[in-house]
Amino acid sequence: MTSASPGLDPPSGTVVVAGPDRVAGPDDVVGPVAIHARGLSKRFGSIVALDGLDLDVPTGSIFGLLGPNGAGKTTTIRILTGLARPTAGAATVAGVAVGLDRPELRQHLGYLDQDPRFYGWMRGRELLELVGRLGGLAGADLRAQVGAMLDRTGLTDVAERRIGGYSGGMRQRLGIAQALLHRPAIVFLDEPVSSLDPEGRRDVLELIADLRDETTVVVSTHVLSDVERICDRVAILDRGRLVTEAALDQLLADHVRPVYRLAADPGQGPAVELLTRRLRSTPWITDVSAMPGGELRIVVSDPAVAAASLLPAVVDAGVRLAVFERVRPTLEDVFLELVGSPSADELDGRGFIRPREVER
Amino acid sequence: MAGLGPLLRKELLEQWRTLRLPVVATIFLLVGLSSPLLARFTPEILKAVGGDQFTISLPTPTAADAVDQLAKNVGQFGGLIAVLLAMGAVATEKERGTAALLLTKPVSRGAFLVAKLVAIGLTLAVSVAIATAGAWFYTLVLFAPLPVPGIAAGAALQWLTLMAWASITFVGSTLTRSSLAAAGLGIVAFIVVGILGVVPNVGRFLPTGLGGPGRALALGIPGPDPVVPTVATIVLIGVAGLTAWLAFRRQEL
Repeated sequence: MTSASPGLDPPSGTVVVAGPDRVAGPDDVVGPVAIHARGLSKRFGSIVALDGLDLDVPTGSIFGLLGPNGAGKTTTIRILTGLARPTAGAATVAGVAVGLDRPELRQHLGYLDQDPRFYGWMRGRELLELVGRLGGLAGADLRAQVGAMLDRTGLTDVAERRIGGYSGGMRQRLGIAQALLHRPAIVFLDEPVSSLDPEGRRDVLELIADLRDETTVVVSTHVLSDVERICDRVAILDRGRLVTEAALDQLLADHVRPVYRLAADPGQGPAVELLTRRLRSTPWITDVSAMPGGELRIVVSDPAVAAASLLPAVVDAGVRLAVFERVRPTLEDVFLELVGSPSADELDGRGFIRPREVER
Repeated sequence: MAGLGPLLRKELLEQWRTLRLPVVATIFLLVGLSSPLLARFTPEILKAVGGDQFTISLPTPTAADAVDQLAKNVGQFGGLIAVLLAMGAVATEKERGTAALLLTKPVSRGAFLVAKLVAIGLTLAVSVAIATAGAWFYTLVLFAPLPVPGIAAGAALQWLTLMAWASITFVGSTLTRSSLAAAGLGIVAFIVVGILGVVPNVGRFLPTGLGGPGRALALGIPGPDPVVPTVATIVLIGVAGLTAWLAFRRQEL
């Protein structure tokens, strides 16, 4: 039996993204959603771990939950998986209201803890068989699914070994296998590659990317390059608050910098100098920097005028170009622009951002 | 009770694989075998220890002494083992994070608790049965045969008493993340109930009230009515289980 939380209106329609003049958010997602949360808050005494989170995760997406340590990512996942209860707000996962003792909710979800723990006395295959049985698999279907998941995560050779003897990477892959085993509609992966070496990291990220269109994946991390590799939509949290939520491409496009990079073919020194002088006297250009290798980095005040006029100016100066591009920001650039770097005062002894506190 | 079957299977496998069942069963077997021996040879042992310096006059040991010795030993060692079995059942899983592994699967928290309590109960049942069988055999050899249905019924009552200590400890294990705190609750209950058990008209409503009826059943002689302490102990176990469930279903992991 499924039930929606009171006060939650499921959205419908297609995905629309925010423009550059406003902050993107969950209301921009109007397609089939796997997760729908409104006003989720979590306090521990005076500590605010999560503050009024609104979130919609499109069905079938690989959704990145980003933020520095202590931003509220794990708290969000713990609430959505029914391990913790919100102080305020409500959410549905696969249309089922989240709550602590809700087996019908967990039928739809898989979960990997950021520090996955298992029974050391159990063998890898036994754990997956247990999880499969709990998920309703039996007989040949159970054996086939366990075998397939062991293959997929590269654990077949160690399936009969006790988990107590597994390496950190093996445990992480076993964690992913158990999260996916009963073919859940939604999978929550909390920092899935944090303890892996580069090779293991690559393998796990490829495995997650392969889940696209197969299941909805929510992956939390503070490693932005990982998100850029696999996610198609992201939410950025900072100190328990949602800073933005948007499709990754749109987020990058919205925060594209008004900077162009030009590189001339070799042997055009005088023409490039002429171009540089002309550009520096152009009113819609705020800065022209000569970079190593003969490149020019041009900061413009009006990207629309620049898009129409910059290339003709280059041609007019007689410069033959090897490279002409608008500099695309990385997710890290966007993240730092939106969240900023914490000051030393804002960090605790473990490198976590100090949570916000309110009067009780 | 979603997931009870697979969870119970896991708990029983854990009892075996972590050697809890073999170790506990072996201890109980030793207790069962040694009880009639102690009853039979205590006068000789005391005589040998005392030598010619003093004389102790003891009645000739009987099968009743063997049964009393068994009840005392299983009650003490078994009670302690029941507390040890239950103290980490939930607390350790919460503390290590394995509870979160299972409880993000389609299982109810009630099933999680019931599977654990049943597994503890089965381990204690097997162990008490082994201890009783060993004691019955040596009583037969050293004294006289005891009625099998009677001693089986007495063993069942003894198991019920141990389950009471395990259940109270289990509540502590559910309420806290500390196995030691859970054990503390179990031991305090063990002591307090033991003291209250000697209060007239109170003892028969407590698990310790099962001792008298159990002895009588084992020896095949008339004795106190077992119904009241049996029902009271079953109610106590039920209340403990209910308390654990009510607390656990509201806990964050």
